Amino acid sequence: MTEAVVAPERRAGVGDVLLDVRDLRTHFEVMDGTVKAVDGVSFSLRKGGRLALVGESGCGKSVTALSIMRLIDMPPGKFAGGEILFEGRNLLKLDDREIRKVRGGEIAMIFQEPMTSLNPVMTVGDQISEAVLLHQPVNRKGAQEVALQSLVDVGVPDPKRRVKQYPFELSGGMRQRIMIAMALSCNPKLIIADEPTTALDVTIQRQILELIKSVQERTGTALLLITHDLGVVAETVDEVAVMYAGRVVETGTVEEVLLNPRHPYTRGLLESIPSQGKKGQRLSAIKGVVPNPFRMPKGCKFEPRCPYAWEAGAEEEPPLIELGPDRTSRCWLYDRRYADHLADYEGRAQKKSAEVAS
Amino acid sequence: MDGAAAAAPTATPTASPTPGSTHEGNGRALIEIRDLKTYYPIKAGILRRTVGQVRAVDGVDFEVRRGEVFGLVGESGCGKTTLGRTIVRLEKATSGEVLLDGHDVLAFDGGDLKKMRRRMQVIFQDPVGSLNPRMPISDIIGEGLLAQADKQNGWGERKVRDKRVSDYLEVVGLRRDYTRRYPHEFSGGQRQRIGIARALALSPEFIFADEPVSALDVSIQSQILNLLIDLREQFDLTFLFVAHNLSVVQYISDRVGVMYLGKLVEMADVAELYAHPRHPYTIALLSAIPDPDPRVKSRRLVLTGDVPSPANPPSGCRFHTRCWLRRQLNNPENCEKEDPPFRELASGHRVACHWAESVVDAAVADVVPTVDVEVPTDLPTAADVGAPVVTEIETPSVVEMAEAEEDAAVAPEPVRPEEPPGPTAGRV
Repeated sequence: MTEAVVAPERRAGVGDVLLDVRDLRTHFEVMDGTVKAVDGVSFSLRKGGRLALVGESGCGKSVTALSIMRLIDMPPGKFAGGEILFEGRNLLKLDDREIRKVRGGEIAMIFQEPMTSLNPVMTVGDQISEAVLLHQPVNRKGAQEVALQSLVDVGVPDPKRRVKQYPFELSGGMRQRIMIAMALSCNPKLIIADEPTTALDVTIQRQILELIKSVQERTGTALLLITHDLGVVAETVDEVAVMYAGRVVETGTVEEVLLNPRHPYTRGLLESIPSQGKKGQRLSAIKGVVPNPFRMPKGCKFEPRCPYAWEAGAEEEPPLIELGPDRTSRCWLYDRRYADHLADYEGRAQKKSAEVAS
Repeated sequence: MDGAAAAAPTATPTASPTPGSTHEGNGRALIEIRDLKTYYPIKAGILRRTVGQVRAVDGVDFEVRRGEVFGLVGESGCGKTTLGRTIVRLEKATSGEVLLDGHDVLAFDGGDLKKMRRRMQVIFQDPVGSLNPRMPISDIIGEGLLAQADKQNGWGERKVRDKRVSDYLEVVGLRRDYTRRYPHEFSGGQRQRIGIARALALSPEFIFADEPVSALDVSIQSQILNLLIDLREQFDLTFLFVAHNLSVVQYISDRVGVMYLGKLVEMADVAELYAHPRHPYTIALLSAIPDPDPRVKSRRLVLTGDVPSPANPPSGCRFHTRCWLRRQLNNPENCEKEDPPFRELASGHRVACHWAESVVDAAVADVVPTVDVEVPTDLPTAADVGAPVVTEIETPSVVEMAEAEEDAAVAPEPVRPEEPPGPTAGRV
């Protein structure tokens, strides 16, 4: 595909780019064929920046995160193309020893389910110091001290007692704090948070979001947030990449993407969120379901569900078209040939938001 | 359709009640819940002696009116699902009454119980776990019909049953000929539609919907919500709608109850509750919802600590250990001593808080971005939203809290100071 359309100056490796994912393709060979879970994902993240990968289940956002961490089981998984440049090094080319240094040391990950991602038979202190011992020049005692300090940093009350406890003794929110403490303990340059608050209640989610934001601001660590919740996106990050069917379909700043979506899928997602203004009206749902990975549409992957679609999308998949600095959309609407369709899209979009407002 | 649903005497309900009035049913209670309690024993030791009780539902009073959607919100473990399950007799109540048209559901047995089951149906949360993977759809939906078969309806006959199954598949937007398929052949949204068809096939009057959209992606969630609203009109249904997502509850409900640790703490018409919440817990819940509109920047009220265990609830007001209002009022004594009554603050607006009168809308608007602040399409600035009213909500330091409550997690930082007038839509 014509990925070259993507903003060239962004690709030129501007000094402050920390993570640059280029046309990543992670496929899985299974009995029934090949699942192209990630098939052309490109985005980049600046040093200290905050970016969210948003999409619904099965869109490939978690596989993208696991690919960056090189945590994909191979087989059945395989990298079918693309590169992941982290400070200029292609993570996909590192050998096992090298990637282990990056993993946990330079890039840390917070998982969705804090119960299953903590070891149930190790104390909290031991789990954190395990990572510290691996990545930092300290002895066992020093590692325990780092562990204790990291618990203090994430606001765990009574940390001296907590380090000796096991995960089952902690609540969900507390476990997630431990996960964050663990991620922070080695001063990573990038934290990948995969649905960090999805398993939590709304008041606990609020605590954890505030914690992640304050920690991120304090340490200057870059944040890659994986989520399906556009509310969490709006409050936590500066930039967004929207994913659908293994592809990035739209990128831009939070304000631009959420207030002026330039891809029909993003627009559809936003319109289907129930909100105060929509009370008493039908929600505008996106028709149909996510395509079957074995029977992907030939052209644009969103075309069968798209209310604005015309022939172009059915025949050929659009490239990620550049709309401005750091602003892209994978939609034929933004090809100059289809300016009349774009006018129609914008007209209908305006009408819709006026309806909601009235 | 046919059967019992036709008994509902209400006019066709519409999905949009006018603020201030409840749903335009006749306002009569279909279900009345009186001082309902559901306790689970905690057993320990080799003799399995009961050493305590989990008070999942601990004295709840409310009514569900004919034709309305009553939304029940609260965090996990607050007892909202147990309450619903107790009402439809899927859990055994410890004490109290559930009146269906004046008859105590909890006292039913035998034939009465069976008749009641037909009138009260359930839509479950997990569209995977609630469908038997070894049964074709015709049996999954037909099972209930078979159990309720009698001479009149003829559901004992396979042909009649299968036709009805197909009819209801169509009603929920699936194809008639899906009857021979198995659950694994369907997507999550489709499975939830099957669960809805199963509930509807018996022509119930009342449906307890237990988190029916929580497991679904947002684009599918809106399809199911639309479907539920259509069905409610079409079949004159009354819903008890349990969910933890406050936006969903706001969208679909006519009246809303908020639960905390086994008790209702606030109840009002939906517009009233979301515009003028008076219980500090409700306000904290509303403040915690992440808003997908990036223009909305407000101070957030961060509740400290976790929900206490329902086996050992705090004394007095159960919320006092996490209550920001109590702290703001310098810890008045009655909060930890007296259990606040669930009293009527305004018509139809009930609150269980000693100090509900000290909450004013201006202070609420400061921490709940959408309260009384219109977000017109032509973009307010952050300054408009963040209102100049300064409330004195503070999160205590880590040390204070750790002393105050041993087992509580604590927000590490005080509530963020006023957001600077951040990026506004002017940039777009």
